[in-house]
Amino acid sequence: MSIAFSNVRRRGAEIPNKLEMTMMGRLARWETLLVCVVALVFFLNTIASPYFLDVWNLSDATYNFIEKAIIAFAVALVIISGEIDLSVAANIALSSTIMGAVATAGYDTPIIVGAGLLTSLACGAFNGFLVAKVGLHSIIVTIATMSLFRGISYIILGDTVYKNYPDSFAWFGQGYLFDAFTVEMAFFIVIAVFFWMLLHKTVFGRQVYVIGNNKTCAAFSGIKVQRVKFSLFLLSGLASGVAAVLLTSRLGSTRPSIALGWELEVVTMVVLGGVSILGGSGTILGVILASVLMGLVTFGLGLLNVPGIVMTIFTGCLLIAVIVLPRITKLIMSHSKKTK
Amino acid sequence: MSKLSKLLVSGVAALAMLGATAASAETVRVGLVAKVLGNGFFEAANRGALEAAHELGDLEVIYTGPTDTTAVGQINVINSLIAQRVDAIAISANDTDALVPALKRAMKRGIKVVSWDSGVAAEGRHVHLNPSSNELIGRMNVKLAADHVKDGKGKIAILSATTTSTNQNIWIEEMNKALPDYPGLELLTVVYGDDLAEKSYREAQGLIRSYKDLDVIVSPSSVGIVAASQAVSDEGKVGEVFVTGLGLPSEMAGHVKSGASKSFAIWNPIDLGYSATYIAYELVKGKAKGEPGETISIGRVGSVTLDDQRSAGMAEPFVYDASNVEEFAEIF
Repeated sequence: MSIAFSNVRRRGAEIPNKLEMTMMGRLARWETLLVCVVALVFFLNTIASPYFLDVWNLSDATYNFIEKAIIAFAVALVIISGEIDLSVAANIALSSTIMGAVATAGYDTPIIVGAGLLTSLACGAFNGFLVAKVGLHSIIVTIATMSLFRGISYIILGDTVYKNYPDSFAWFGQGYLFDAFTVEMAFFIVIAVFFWMLLHKTVFGRQVYVIGNNKTCAAFSGIKVQRVKFSLFLLSGLASGVAAVLLTSRLGSTRPSIALGWELEVVTMVVLGGVSILGGSGTILGVILASVLMGLVTFGLGLLNVPGIVMTIFTGCLLIAVIVLPRITKLIMSHSKKTK
Repeated sequence: MSKLSKLLVSGVAALAMLGATAASAETVRVGLVAKVLGNGFFEAANRGALEAAHELGDLEVIYTGPTDTTAVGQINVINSLIAQRVDAIAISANDTDALVPALKRAMKRGIKVVSWDSGVAAEGRHVHLNPSSNELIGRMNVKLAADHVKDGKGKIAILSATTTSTNQNIWIEEMNKALPDYPGLELLTVVYGDDLAEKSYREAQGLIRSYKDLDVIVSPSSVGIVAASQAVSDEGKVGEVFVTGLGLPSEMAGHVKSGASKSFAIWNPIDLGYSATYIAYELVKGKAKGEPGETISIGRVGSVTLDDQRSAGMAEPFVYDASNVEEFAEIF
């Protein structure tokens, strides 16, 4: 049996190398485990509640993870590159506030959406500038901008609310394409495919992995590290903008407390999806599965009227498992090698 | 893997058992949604709702809510209640507007929606139940003052919050309207403590020192009433000057014990949960339509009349005194 990973190692993160992957190696991946857990949770939900297996109910259930998942894709790339973006939820608040202001000024849906996306891009560019050009650490930068962005929307709105959205704006977060297939689901699928292609099928994606594994090595290989990082923050800004459009449309109103605390749930999704928090490894498929898993568990427990705190305990345990399992496996494997 | 799945299986199986109390088809199922779980006020409301369920028989209460006070958390809860095809949702809203689309969807699927305590915009619910009404609050404050003085004869002063506080000003206006019914009472002055403990304390101190014949300080603010009670104790005027108004049992229990206040009032969360659930039940049963001007009976609490926004005030604030303040102090 060949070794499943190449020998480029740093801080325990490996660059997965497809050429050396064996059948066993493929099966023993984090994603496989996630598929099993998702299937299991789906099965248990079906047994536990007579209401679970209903097209409309499942359609409703997708609302509780899609917006977060869309941001999680972009944040996954940021984390793989060895950085982090904690300002995503605050970005939603600011973008949503600007959209509310534009809507209140009487503009129609396309302009509202355009304004929201531009705001989120600007927020992303600001983060990108401070991290990539100025060279500050992304944790510090995005914790600061987290307060900054939400602070601005508190200054604009205070304890008031924007709710003058035109009826056509409700299409994004409340509309259906056909039957129970929502507009949000279409966004989710298109964006998931986009990020999958970007990370796994393009040179840009390979560059992200290399930067996450070894910045210096990447720079010496001719990769424009700063430019890639700047683009990643732009992307995570834009993804927050899309999420802001969907969420604002779903709520039909904006308050500065919108999406409060989402940054942690997004990072949870990413890490649960098997992305190494130290950077350098992870897949989009993993993030998709993790988001579906969190959505199913939340909805399933909701149907049983289990208080949400149990859900927090569940994700907490899962997260610890994510971090502990690979280490234990590694320990056992190295131990068995020694005894041989 | 196996460990994880075992954990999952046992966890979800245990949950399944919890949820296994599936109701029969005739039972009316009402989802009582709190602003946030783990708050004594809403636990008390649930106690009232269960009381209503016990009284009515064919009523099942599903008490639920988010773990943080967010609209999105409540929307997830609403979605799962819609999915369970409950007959009614009674909710204390975290956001007047953001819940409207989700609740509209619930109403479209035949679910009756009642908001209570903290309301939802009129298009997002059938009925809204306020804990009380401005008129009843104003009356209660005057009545409490009269109860504190001998034969209803005495001089009173009001300690309010800010001069621009809408609620406070309306209540003071209502108190002025109620005063002629209590000819023994004389209103000396109104002072403003800005809902700050320190400023309210100084204003109360000023009242005690400048009006030697003052009998009662009425403060319709939960900050003011505590500060005034403290001032009365510190000035050594317990037994001469009394404090009353609107306050929280947990904050006032000590002052009732010390004698600075004999009684005060605030809404009763148990009655509120009882009434909201009761109204939801009446709507489901078709005994109430939820139309403007309609009078809906709410069991032991009495009845309410809906205004043109289909909202109503439940009852006059509930009076707390030495006999019950300790019990409620543990709730809120």
